[in-house]
Amino acid sequence: MRYKYLWLIALIILLILTPLFLSSFLMVFLTEMLIMILFAISFNLLFGYTGLLSFGHAAFFSIGSYVTGLVLLHIYPSIPLAFVTGVVAAAIAAWIIGYFCVRLDEIYFAMLTLAFGMMVHTIIWKWDRLTGGADGLVDIPRPNLNLLLFEVDLSSINSYYYFTLVLVAIALFVLWIIVNSNFGLALRAVRENSERLQFVGINVRRYRLISFVISGFFCGLAGALFGPFLKSITPSIAFWTKSAEPVFMSLLGGTKIFLAPAVGSVIFMYLKEIISGYTELWMIYLGAILIGFVLFLPGGIIGFLNEKLRGRRLGRVGE
Amino acid sequence: MTFSTFFAFFLNGLTSAMTFFIIASGLTLIYGVLRILNLAHGSLFMLGAFFTFQLTHWFGNFWYALILAPFICAVAGILMERIFLRPVYGLPIPFQLLLTFGLMLLIADIVRIFWGVAFRTATEPKVLSGAMNIFGVSYPRYNIFVIVVGILVCIFIWILLTKTRFGKMIRAASSDREVANGLGINVPWLYTAVFGIGAYLAGLSGVLAAPLRSIMLEMDVHTIIEAFAIVVIGGLGSIPGALIGSLLLGQLNSFGTLYIPRFEMAFMYVFMAIILLIRPKGLLGEEVG
Repeated sequence: MRYKYLWLIALIILLILTPLFLSSFLMVFLTEMLIMILFAISFNLLFGYTGLLSFGHAAFFSIGSYVTGLVLLHIYPSIPLAFVTGVVAAAIAAWIIGYFCVRLDEIYFAMLTLAFGMMVHTIIWKWDRLTGGADGLVDIPRPNLNLLLFEVDLSSINSYYYFTLVLVAIALFVLWIIVNSNFGLALRAVRENSERLQFVGINVRRYRLISFVISGFFCGLAGALFGPFLKSITPSIAFWTKSAEPVFMSLLGGTKIFLAPAVGSVIFMYLKEIISGYTELWMIYLGAILIGFVLFLPGGIIGFLNEKLRGRRLGRVGE
Repeated sequence: MTFSTFFAFFLNGLTSAMTFFIIASGLTLIYGVLRILNLAHGSLFMLGAFFTFQLTHWFGNFWYALILAPFICAVAGILMERIFLRPVYGLPIPFQLLLTFGLMLLIADIVRIFWGVAFRTATEPKVLSGAMNIFGVSYPRYNIFVIVVGILVCIFIWILLTKTRFGKMIRAASSDREVANGLGINVPWLYTAVFGIGAYLAGLSGVLAAPLRSIMLEMDVHTIIEAFAIVVIGGLGSIPGALIGSLLLGQLNSFGTLYIPRFEMAFMYVFMAIILLIRPKGLLGEEVG
């Protein structure tokens, strides 16, 4: 058991060292991947752990992204100020939207989150005086990060990569603590049998709402990282297909294991970015892989591997 | 506002309501019987529109498209159901969504292979070009034709579901598939047939909409979301609900551009959310029929 987290430490060391041997093109790709990993894992707090399928999480990603971008552009070019504002805005939006959504179950929950998500998309798309409409926000600045004692220059991709890595690592650590706390256990109970919990006097809606807000908060953080990273954002990050991405990343990886959606994100992003580098027709490959995956590996890739390993272990015990 | 402008706007709303209804009725029928939310339904609509472009381009005749294109879509739908959907009926909803999302991506790229990214147009047949006079309002003939076809489809679906043996089987399977199976209804066959009808309707809607708008990629993702909104507002699985949802959305689209320009679509989603909150099953119940 002492070596249980060894692979994690190795992974972190590897991630710290990557700028030494990867090209800047791949660093851009890796940074975006980290952002999408955070998006998928914070989405999965609601999906895998609480059992609620949201089809509108692009709302929180895009609100985090747009508010951060607007603060950087028009109010004051300070990364901490912009990020805090963006993430708080996303969390407040999640609280308002979640307040309504947690009343419903299953497909109705999914449809309601979809409706709210598309509302946010329409507002972002049509309120062009604020958001730039279809053109989106352009020339989002990426100022130096001013911490009390020192200043970090974020203009190069490597430094922004480290900045992203630190924030994503902290966020994932906090999420990991949450899912392994008593609260996380309660969320799983909500997922498994919400009716029974209601009978024993637990306010299921409250647990769902808290989970919704935490999830929205961290999706907002992913969005906040996205704006200064790309330096321009368009309303497409609020469209429903963006909400579908974390759903599929989680399902691809597996929803019952904390880091499994990260594997799904890596696969999804790899397909999207790398295949689209070779051919215009990346969707055909992604589509075929999604279909093949549902038909042959519905437990998720990590879930599948885990089952195989566990099966072998159990077999050994049997002997 | 004078009566004639009001009436013209009303007819515009009715025209789009009819194309909405034809696609949404297919979606809701499929959900009612198969319990599958088909994200690729908008892709079948897009295929219908692109087939219309191609067939009118080849033959210079819209009528070929009107007859052939929905059939090709129905065949595509039947293949989709047989090959891809059949294995996933027992899986949880997210996996079904994932599968149909995969199909949506696949179809989008197939369309891109054949027709590229350019905007395409299709022209209405000569008989239906120009305007006609209704109650003193000069109004495009083609739009009237779309409204008439919509009403005919509506009547056809109503007769199919309530007056025929096949309709009885559909209603039986939608209320309880196991009992229906036990009563000797060939449920797998019925599923294929219903999916084929749904795909036909999606294709037909695409054909009818083709001369009214530009035909392009991304029609799929926009159309499916409108169809979802309609189906949810009317009630998942309810055909009369889909009709009411379509009529509401059609008028909202038409008069919305007049009074609440830019935000009319936001109103649709607000309306969808309100319905879900106060009547999660939609304006009209759950049963098909």
